[in-house]
Amino acid sequence: MTLWKPDPTFYPSPRDAAAAPAEKLAYVAAFDRSANRPDALTVLDTDPESASYGAIVGWTDLPYTGDELHHFGWNACSSALCPSAPHPHLERRYLIVPGLRSSRIYVYDTKDLVSPELVKVIEAEDLGKRAGYSRPHTVHCGPEGLYVSALGGYGEEGPGGIAVLDHTSFEVLGRWESDRGPQYLAYDFWWHINHDVMVTSEWGTPSMIEDGVVGESLLGRQYGHRLHFWDLRRRRHVQEVDLGDQYQMVLELRPAHDPRKKYGFAGVVTNVEDLSASIWVWYEEGSRWAVRKVVDIPAEPAAADDLPDVLKPFGAVPPLVTDIDLSVDDKYLYVSCWGTGELKQYDVSDPFKPVETGSIHLGGVVRRTSHPAAPSERLSGGPQMIEVSRDGRRVYMTNSLYGSWDDQFYPDGVGAWMAKVDTAGFTLDERFFPHGDDFRGLRPHQTRLQGGDASSDSYCYP
Amino acid sequence: MTLTAVILLGAFHGINPSMGWLFAVARGLQERSRDLLLQSLPVIALGHLASVAVVVLIVSATGSLVTGSVLSIASGVLLVGFGLWHLLSKRHFRWVGMRVSLPQLAAWSFLMSSVHGAGLMLLPVLTRLPAATTAAGGHHHGGALSGGMVVAGIHTLAMFVTATVIALVVYEFAGLTILRKAWFNLDRMWAFALVGAGAITLATAW
Repeated sequence: MTLWKPDPTFYPSPRDAAAAPAEKLAYVAAFDRSANRPDALTVLDTDPESASYGAIVGWTDLPYTGDELHHFGWNACSSALCPSAPHPHLERRYLIVPGLRSSRIYVYDTKDLVSPELVKVIEAEDLGKRAGYSRPHTVHCGPEGLYVSALGGYGEEGPGGIAVLDHTSFEVLGRWESDRGPQYLAYDFWWHINHDVMVTSEWGTPSMIEDGVVGESLLGRQYGHRLHFWDLRRRRHVQEVDLGDQYQMVLELRPAHDPRKKYGFAGVVTNVEDLSASIWVWYEEGSRWAVRKVVDIPAEPAAADDLPDVLKPFGAVPPLVTDIDLSVDDKYLYVSCWGTGELKQYDVSDPFKPVETGSIHLGGVVRRTSHPAAPSERLSGGPQMIEVSRDGRRVYMTNSLYGSWDDQFYPDGVGAWMAKVDTAGFTLDERFFPHGDDFRGLRPHQTRLQGGDASSDSYCYP
Repeated sequence: MTLTAVILLGAFHGINPSMGWLFAVARGLQERSRDLLLQSLPVIALGHLASVAVVVLIVSATGSLVTGSVLSIASGVLLVGFGLWHLLSKRHFRWVGMRVSLPQLAAWSFLMSSVHGAGLMLLPVLTRLPAATTAAGGHHHGGALSGGMVVAGIHTLAMFVTATVIALVVYEFAGLTILRKAWFNLDRMWAFALVGAGAITLATAW
């Protein structure tokens, strides 16, 4: 049933959203690497006034095992206010939670609940038969309902692409693309909603990721290194932009939230020539899309003895930029360097000239920097999934990348931790550090903040 | 009395953000252009008029074939059915694309108004127009049609004026933050109104 007034978490503009009240809960997907126990949606108390601040206060086990939860998203968001087909009286209430390994998609109700309740399971066959895809990943709410990207084909390696789900019944409606052009690899996607432009990125096919990073494929430059631009309305491929095949794995896409703007940021995991990571800006040049590298983060030399087998031949730790997140006001870009164990903050007021304004070390392949709340514990893993609050004052991060890749880069165990940064002084919050047994042996991945966050909503009004 | 109802219904459609003024404001904001906003509104009104005119055409064509009471009963059933469908169905209008030309904007408005059943609410008025109630009166046909078109025109004018005033006030002064508080679920209210109007039409037709 619809509401009489708009859902209070829908905001017409990024400016309105930045004035939103602080989130009181954070939802974190956590998975069991051994696939013996169910993965879980965990819920953290993020209200500093609360007695259980920083603790896991909600926990919902999935009904099956081996899903490998990864990314997830809301059933509805601020794009419901867009004027072309408004439906402002829907509720932001359900979390759409794909299992990256199982290809199942779960729908969880969060309304008036601490631990979410399962309301629907979309089986891998439904996604496969109706849309032709498997390995569902990113979820965004948009003009045609719910869009879910998927890395693989159904029963085949590829192409990966985007499936559309009805946003009330959550049925898989079908494949989004009507003309995919040369696109084959898939990973993330988002859009410039007021310009009818979709952007997609590339990781690899299921066989290139599920058993760990494949060295030959990486050195053979076979992972994704392109961006694709699409006509969001006509579902057609418009342009492919190649970053250069040394730039392997173009992952997270963060378009400007300001709907008048036509630029965004993409993170590249590694350059196979020197193991550096990079941040790119896409922008319009005339009537064509172009990209420009705006940040290079070099690898750090290290003794072979300190390195896992996968890195020993290189004598260095790659930064491995695996997630980036743009604040709602488009002023700050946060970059996680999962290999070197660092969260970087850049002032991107001028997107072509980012200025590094902050850095925090935690974990890291060699450094193993500890958290001030537990100074004696050497941390494994590094800042990985980042989520920025709508007001830009808080940044949350978790430490697991992807099961088999965790094992390669942190073979002695990636551990489990989540940390929070207050952006005012760019410092770690010592009161917020759920870790170790708090996650009951599961590894935390993406965080979604109650009411929306910097990577959940798109806005139609400037 | 009838005229007042026709104008009020127009104003109701003009107030509803989903029916057009919000799209006009969004276009204006996107390009920082009040001119674009002002260009958009007549086009949206044109689409609305076309949607209402279709209903007028159907009523006048049907009215020349059947008796007034049959027409009223059919109208009542249609209104109740359409209203219930709006209340109970979970489907809603889909349209992808924010960058539209003016003709596309007119098409959008026509579709949005039609899905909304904007013209249907005029059924009780149209079926009461003198010419339409003359059963099988072939020579009165032209009268029903022109009378209906006058109703559609007045209705759309009221919608256009209301939408323009709201669009300008929001664009120039109020800002869209107001949507968060003031966007009452007019669509659900509209569905109740359709059912109510249908029920009254049926009751008075007997």
